[in-house]
Amino acid sequence: MSSPVTSTQTSGTTRSGVEVRLEGLRRQYGQVVALGGFDLTVQPGELITLLGPSGCGKTTTLRLLAGLEDADAGRIIVGGRDMTRLPASKRDMGMVFQAYSLFPHMTVRQNVGFGLRLRKVSAQQRDARAMEMLELVGLTTQADRYPHQLSGGQQQRVALARALAIEPKVLLLDEPLSALDAKVRSQLRDQIRRIQLEVGITTLFVTHDQEEALAISDRVGVMKEGRLEQLAPPTEVYTRPATAFVAEFVGLTNRLAGTVSGGTVTVRGCQLPLVDAATPAGEVIALIRPEAVTLAAETQTGTLAGTVIASTFLGAVSRVTVDVGDTTIMAQLSTADAIAHPAGSRVSLAIRPDPVLVAEQARPESAE
Amino acid sequence: MAAIVPVPVVDDLTSPGAQQSRPGLRASQSRRLNAFRYLVFALAAVFFGLPMFALFRMSLLGSRPGTYSFAAWKQIGTYPGLLGSIELSLEISVITFVLMILLLLPTMMWTRLRVPRFGRTLEFLCLLPLAIPAIVLVVGWAPEYNRIERFNLSGIMLIWAYVILVLPYTYRALSAGLNAIDVPTLSEAARSLGASWATVMTRIIAPNMWQAILNAALLSMSLTLGEFTVAYILGYNTFSVKLVSISRNSNNPVVVFAASAAGLLFTFLLLLILSYVGRRRRRRRA
Repeated sequence: MSSPVTSTQTSGTTRSGVEVRLEGLRRQYGQVVALGGFDLTVQPGELITLLGPSGCGKTTTLRLLAGLEDADAGRIIVGGRDMTRLPASKRDMGMVFQAYSLFPHMTVRQNVGFGLRLRKVSAQQRDARAMEMLELVGLTTQADRYPHQLSGGQQQRVALARALAIEPKVLLLDEPLSALDAKVRSQLRDQIRRIQLEVGITTLFVTHDQEEALAISDRVGVMKEGRLEQLAPPTEVYTRPATAFVAEFVGLTNRLAGTVSGGTVTVRGCQLPLVDAATPAGEVIALIRPEAVTLAAETQTGTLAGTVIASTFLGAVSRVTVDVGDTTIMAQLSTADAIAHPAGSRVSLAIRPDPVLVAEQARPESAE
Repeated sequence: MAAIVPVPVVDDLTSPGAQQSRPGLRASQSRRLNAFRYLVFALAAVFFGLPMFALFRMSLLGSRPGTYSFAAWKQIGTYPGLLGSIELSLEISVITFVLMILLLLPTMMWTRLRVPRFGRTLEFLCLLPLAIPAIVLVVGWAPEYNRIERFNLSGIMLIWAYVILVLPYTYRALSAGLNAIDVPTLSEAARSLGASWATVMTRIIAPNMWQAILNAALLSMSLTLGEFTVAYILGYNTFSVKLVSISRNSNNPVVVFAASAAGLLFTFLLLLILSYVGRRRRRRRA
């Protein structure tokens, strides 16, 4: 049977892989619907990240695809082949888990070669392949160590090498970085992306960390209550969120009261374009990113003004919270600019005319 | 937000006087604790050691008062029916253990992976034989064993009763082993790499709970080798039943002491071998 293996070109790297199609996947635990008719198509060689809060169904999707759980309804098609009823051991999927999953009684080399041993690959070939994979993740010197002699980051790199050693059709990553410290996490994140592009494997990555999702994905799928709220490239998810939930989940937002009329929304005197120009006129809550808010020393009366009540240093940027009387507004500035507005100083605020998404007029104004 | 309350300084602990007296206090406490430990150890040694010493001494009694010899030990191999009963007990022990592991380990694993809500029920069922006296169990089993006897089957049939008797002990040992590893993640990782359930059991789970399996083996074999009530009432001539029979009917009871001492030595030897194997595996991995 021929599988629709194709190649695509991204950032100068040739990629090949199989297409993954999830059609109407449904999974229920008692009364709780984890997935309710979930559809997703992952293009060959693409890295899609499923992002969402706990319990939104992202891990369930991954487990159904891996065959670790059975779907109540729907189909899983990988490379044109229906895999819905195949057991996990027959699916040819490499998976890296959130918890450290190396076999404690095996050395790193044996761990990486385990899948090949099951496929009856000769000891010599197995060893060569294991070393090749360890070289890919930069751990050849640790080949004869046991898992308990490795750091968390090293263990996850070995797990990645082990998953790739069997040349799987699809790579599944279930929050593999969540147990690591920030620095190792960011290094390993970049390494995963580099290897994924190098190998050209179709990859589904699950995380609740938006920074991780935005940093390494071709497309990000934001999930809520077992459904995809938006599936789009990271920049689009951030700058043009499809729903209020996406806007609020991905990045920080200021929820400010505004009035829609004539395809624009007026917030505190600033007229801003709308993401959805067809938004009906009326009172709304506008969702405004902190980086769209700029601060200046209070000079003129009549403009939006307030008092800086807190400034959070985040490295190159700082987040400044301004009390404007009836609510607070958060602004994200370069740290150099933020230093000019210490806590207690009076400032004028302006909102950059980026396209704005509006939410229902139900909740009070606040910065989230 | 919670107010920050300064931590009060405790003068007693920070004053120079207190600092001087603490190490002294600790040393005297430590001496007293050590003395108590030695006392407990000595009492335990006497409690366990004295009967064993008496057993070995009795097993070496010669035919004339005040003399000692290995005659009774030599008779273990030649005494009518004794060697056969030892063989039977050893066979029952080994088969009981193998059967128990084959039955219990996959069941416990399956419960943990697929139906964790039945974990408590399984634990209750496994521990139940502890709460029911052996005599009560025998009353229930007797009719079934009467039926089995009609087919003139071997004494090994006692394994069915023994599997139930050793259930609580092996369950506890295996449960401790399973608790020490992340069974769901390891088995899912192995499954995703292409392992069947049998491979997961034999190549992933079992090697990681080797020590627990050895402990279960020791408990199971010690128990089955020494079990008397069930074997006697159901009419099987196991090692312990034979020992009682010899002591009652023979005019040479010294052989009973020798055989008992040999049984005890065998169990000790088993314990030593199992702990040596376990230690070697741990050392190899370290």
